[in-house]
Amino acid sequence: MSDKYILELKNITKKFPGVKALDNVNFQLKAGEIHALMGENGAGKSTFIKVITGVHQPNEGEIYLNGEKIEINDPNDSKDLGIAAIYQHATSYPHLSVTENIFMGHEKIDSRSKRIMWGDMHQAAAKHLEELGADFEPRRRMSTLSVAQQQIVEIAKAISTKAEIIIMDEPTASLTKTESEDLYRITEKLQKIGTSIIFISHRFEDMYRLADRVTVLRDSKYIGTWGVNEVSNKDLIKAMVGREINQLFPKTEKEIGKEIMRVENLSRKGYFKDISFALNEGEILAVTGLVGAGRTELCESLFGIKEYDSGIIYFEDKEVKIKEVEDAMNLGIGYLPEDRQEQGLILDWELDKNISLSSLDKISKRGWIDRKKEKNMAKRLAEKVNVKARSIFNLASQLSGGNQQKIVVAKLLTSDLKVIILDEPTKGVDVGAKSAIFEIMSDLAAQGYAIIMVSSEMPEVLGMGDRILVMRNGEITAEMDVEEADQEKILEAAMKAEK
Amino acid sequence: MAEKNSGNGMSLERIQQIREFSLIGFIVVLSIFVQFRNSNFLTMTNLDDLLTNTAILSILAVGMMMVIITRGIDLSIGATLALSGMLTSMLVSVYPALHPLAALFIGTLIGFISGSIIGLLVARFKILPIIATLGMMNVFRGITFLISGGKWVSAYQMSDSFKAISTGSIFGINNLIVIAVLIYIVFYYFINYTRTGRKIYAVGSSPQSAKVSGINVTKITWLVYSIMGSLAGLSGVLWVSKFASAQSNTAAGYELNVIAACVIGGISIAGGEGKVAGLLSGVLLYGILENALPMINISPFWQNAIQGAVILIAVVVGALIKRKTGSSNKIRRED
Repeated sequence: MSDKYILELKNITKKFPGVKALDNVNFQLKAGEIHALMGENGAGKSTFIKVITGVHQPNEGEIYLNGEKIEINDPNDSKDLGIAAIYQHATSYPHLSVTENIFMGHEKIDSRSKRIMWGDMHQAAAKHLEELGADFEPRRRMSTLSVAQQQIVEIAKAISTKAEIIIMDEPTASLTKTESEDLYRITEKLQKIGTSIIFISHRFEDMYRLADRVTVLRDSKYIGTWGVNEVSNKDLIKAMVGREINQLFPKTEKEIGKEIMRVENLSRKGYFKDISFALNEGEILAVTGLVGAGRTELCESLFGIKEYDSGIIYFEDKEVKIKEVEDAMNLGIGYLPEDRQEQGLILDWELDKNISLSSLDKISKRGWIDRKKEKNMAKRLAEKVNVKARSIFNLASQLSGGNQQKIVVAKLLTSDLKVIILDEPTKGVDVGAKSAIFEIMSDLAAQGYAIIMVSSEMPEVLGMGDRILVMRNGEITAEMDVEEADQEKILEAAMKAEK
Repeated sequence: MAEKNSGNGMSLERIQQIREFSLIGFIVVLSIFVQFRNSNFLTMTNLDDLLTNTAILSILAVGMMMVIITRGIDLSIGATLALSGMLTSMLVSVYPALHPLAALFIGTLIGFISGSIIGLLVARFKILPIIATLGMMNVFRGITFLISGGKWVSAYQMSDSFKAISTGSIFGINNLIVIAVLIYIVFYYFINYTRTGRKIYAVGSSPQSAKVSGINVTKITWLVYSIMGSLAGLSGVLWVSKFASAQSNTAAGYELNVIAACVIGGISIAGGEGKVAGLLSGVLLYGILENALPMINISPFWQNAIQGAVILIAVVVGALIKRKTGSSNKIRRED
């Protein structure tokens, strides 16, 4: 490892319509170092990586490679410059062989006959795999490999393109402990042959085990870079969350009533495990954690979209089974999905039809829909959630994200609910609509509805929740009352720092 | 909130209306042109002929429309039709006294059973509709050959009352037309005004949203194939009665005509879109082409090519209208 910078980014700013995804970010990668990049969800890590790999072009700022100013205009440029990225979910061709995946885009071709030289390619692939200590054949189909093995193929691909800089985006997120160990070993091997590595991870153990230095991003801004040995866990967490909570949350005085729902040891293989919690009337239970912690999957099982494998759900002190959406709806559970465009709405339908869709029984008599009743119901609820649209005959696709979300909320309110599950209710919603949604939430809680709110936004969790559940890797790692919670505690539980 | 949709965006219904009007306009222009070339075209006898010959196609198209709206396709209906026609006419040849209504009922029942098997494969076992119906098409066709031993049931083996199903008339209107009109009225209301009709559109527009909204997607999917089968079964009886002969290869390939009529009528193969009124104009155009092209001495070889061209034009025009109005949908309202 030398002190020369192989890659340097200066004052990078990237704007998307309405938001700054990167705000004056600086970053220096030394030749041959492993550099950890950390930050909360939405801190700007992914955008940053995309700037380096040429997927996005920065609006301002400069990029230097080996001291030379460069421009990276598309992913091919970055490939030519010796930069390779390995993503958490391998972006491979599952039906092709390992060899084909490794050499995709730079196949070995006979110069005269223009024929693909399969023999040479298989041999070269086998050599790369051996170097990485992999124990599978290059002729295997990609889809028959485990996630860890697929990552090794991606790394082999990076080596075969002679990449000098390899970016790994949360490579350990879906690996077991031993698989992670293997990955550490391979990463160190790469470092030994002179590769520089940017390693994105939410795990402190990854950072301590591998990295030489660590850079923290927060709210699209560069916070700082430290040597791993000179910084403590506490300082890093502080760097990641150190913001003031200045948003106003319309939390109203209310009484928390009796228990309405209790979940014991709920598990779904591969997604979440041994989830237990209780939910009371009038309470807002905030469920937080990092992306991929299993929160959405838990919600989907509570609402019967994906069946859980084991565990018991009690509803109003009675044991119940939720196998289908209908079961959940009959109990009085409502769900606002994370992806409102795919799961919440039918975009090319009018608002009134969207609002009534989950309660068609209510507006029909012996199977016939009463259009007048439907319109009245839709109008009443659209006004209640304060949708800004010209009429209820507008198409859902014509509304802004915030108003679309209000329509999904209105749709929820058509049923007689007791429990409302909101999965990232403010995702992609502008500030005005956000506070409107919070107001509706407070209102509902005050009326005695029990609310489960999944959110990645720390201020939201602390501002709206009465009680907070933190999940990590499909398990609950902390449960706390909002009075005793703070950002540091939550992030610590979400990342489960061990040091 | 304003009462009327006076916004810049255009609703789907409006798009459909434009489509239907342009289709009807085309039908009018075509009819005038044909009438000019052959004055026998717009006569009562010929129109009666035209509608009688289009009736079965139009009945099948209603079922196909619902299947296509749920993002599916049914290639088996020609075979279902043949199976039902063969079984019913064999029954009639053994029991000539069988009441025509009973024959219609039995044919529909056979179709329902066939359709519900397909529905089970598609909805329950998640087999792709094109594969499931292709497979069952061959199964049904094979069964038809087996039970008939490859032999025909001919006119002399059928009772007069059975043949009268398709040749008879009520108030001077051919029974086939009457049945088709009744079916269109029933399904117009079913699709537009019932809970189940709404759910069919929801499943086709966004299966995920439908599921999250508590709609039993499996049940709805099963239902549309069962209805399709029932209509195919009914059509089988009408077909054999009309042509007074049941053969093992009856209506082979007819499903493609039905799908073509749906496409002309603006039923989107991508699912979720399509109206009964549009379908009706699509079916009519298809029927007119079949009827009129021979009348103006166009060779049968050209007829196929012209029909194909019309299908493509219908799809392209539909896509263009949608793109044009779709772009205005993208103008978001200010908050």
